[in-house]
Amino acid sequence: MNRYDTFGRRLFVVGNYTFLALTAILCLLPFINLLATSLSGSTAVAAGDVKFLPIDFNWKSYEFVMKSEQFARALWVSVERVVLGVGVNMFLTILAAYSLSKERRNFKWRGMYAWFFFVTILFSGGLIPWYVVISKTGLIDSIWALILPGALPVFNVIVLLNFFRGLPKELEEAAFMDGASHWTVLWRIFTPLSKPALATLALFCIVNHWNSWFEGLILMNRTEHYPLQSYLQTIIINPENFISMARGEYSDLLNFVNARTSRAAQLFVGTLPILLVYPFLQKYFTSGLVLGSVKG
Amino acid sequence: MLLPSVIVVLIYSYLPMVGLFIAFQKFNPAHLFSSPWVGFDNFKYVYYMPGSMQILWNTLTIALFKIVGMIVVPVTFALLLNEVGKSLFKKSFQTLIYLPNFLSWIIMGGVLIDILSPSDGIVNQALGLVGIKPIYFLGDPFWFPITMIVSDIWKGFGFGTVIYLAALTSIDPSLYESARVDGANRWKQTLFITLPGIMPIIILMSVLSLGNVLNAGFDQIFNLYSASVYETGDIIDTFVYRLGIEQTQYSPATAIGLFKSVVSFTLISISYYLASRFADYRIF
Repeated sequence: MNRYDTFGRRLFVVGNYTFLALTAILCLLPFINLLATSLSGSTAVAAGDVKFLPIDFNWKSYEFVMKSEQFARALWVSVERVVLGVGVNMFLTILAAYSLSKERRNFKWRGMYAWFFFVTILFSGGLIPWYVVISKTGLIDSIWALILPGALPVFNVIVLLNFFRGLPKELEEAAFMDGASHWTVLWRIFTPLSKPALATLALFCIVNHWNSWFEGLILMNRTEHYPLQSYLQTIIINPENFISMARGEYSDLLNFVNARTSRAAQLFVGTLPILLVYPFLQKYFTSGLVLGSVKG
Repeated sequence: MLLPSVIVVLIYSYLPMVGLFIAFQKFNPAHLFSSPWVGFDNFKYVYYMPGSMQILWNTLTIALFKIVGMIVVPVTFALLLNEVGKSLFKKSFQTLIYLPNFLSWIIMGGVLIDILSPSDGIVNQALGLVGIKPIYFLGDPFWFPITMIVSDIWKGFGFGTVIYLAALTSIDPSLYESARVDGANRWKQTLFITLPGIMPIIILMSVLSLGNVLNAGFDQIFNLYSASVYETGDIIDTFVYRLGIEQTQYSPATAIGLFKSVVSFTLISISYYLASRFADYRIF
């Protein structure tokens, strides 16, 4: 080290490391506890013995959850929502960002349209009119209710249009000289060059669609149409429901599973996709976010 | 190329704004265009409703504490983390604290209910070890708002920390060099170089969070509250949900929604103006 390395400094460094390490562990412990609960025997959980290591290790609660028709259906709705939703989101975002990234001399109404979209971030009709509009357009109980109302993520459009503007003008000018249309320029030049930005935004959309629960809860009248998070919401409030519904069907498993272990297992399955995309998220998000939200 | 987006936004964002007129009606969904007009009666009705001022107060206090915490905590952690030389430790710490940002409040809610349970949650078990009686974090009107503020900061502080840390790396290292030559110790360097260095970002983030004063966190509170903590935990958004969706009182609920939208719009506009004026922040 160097000559500024006093005793106080060393004390601080040790304290700092310890404090940060403890914080990190504190952030992690609840999830370890959840995982341990999901992998433990029901009697140990009911007795409150399970802390950070599973007791009577078994996969029964996962088996139980996976056999549940309701859970599988909700999982399917979520997957469907993510695939359709992200597709629509990205398509509209790219189209909108491309048009809005043009200079005013090429696109006269640019400013007006930019504000047209931007206002929706600033002001909204609120819950009730939103609900009334969706129900009047006949989307209730359809998967499109979860996709169309949020089809254009305006914040993402802003990030992408700023990215598009940073691309060298000469590229598109050269393409136009060669007789390319806007359509070709967009899909052959802009999109391939924006892969990092597009990946970031797609991940935003995935997380967003996967995590939303409120729309499912109020726009779906029938619980069969609930996406996973909406369904999990009902489980959190009333974990006993799930057990009592399954009673009889898988009574052999119920000796090993109770409301808490099955809930923990379901929550974990609900977290899994996020944990899987997280490594990619991390890689792009930090730079993407700082780029989009701070530099502007 | 803009046409599909324009149509979708027109229907699902602008039509609801037009729909705000039901705040001035005695709205009946069966007669969409022929409900009687009642002027500001719905606003008066909500204003005189018992507890409505308490709800506004709950919203403001919870939101303000969250806003302040979301600045102080991440800045503190970014500064502490900046003192850490080993990059592997730094990286893994960031990874861990950043993760909960991407989990939904459903998952986080499930985790919190589990660990905060007064009978067998690990938090109360740990408190028991040091002789503290079990605390009913989610069922006690005193503890509920505190639990909401702390757990929200717990979930979200990683995001801010990452932003501030990114800002820290852009500070010119030669500044530290010359400060050291002048005999400034680490503390003085932090105080006079590091903090002023990230001040623009701190100001920007604070200003932008101003628009959230009426958003105390619907997702979180809706999933964790119960009738026993309405007194201190009910916020505008949860109240609108119960009034409008559960009790189908569309017009009063829309009136509150309109009030909230107008106030938020004003605050966000002011904060964007301030951000562009003082921090050179532009949206496009």
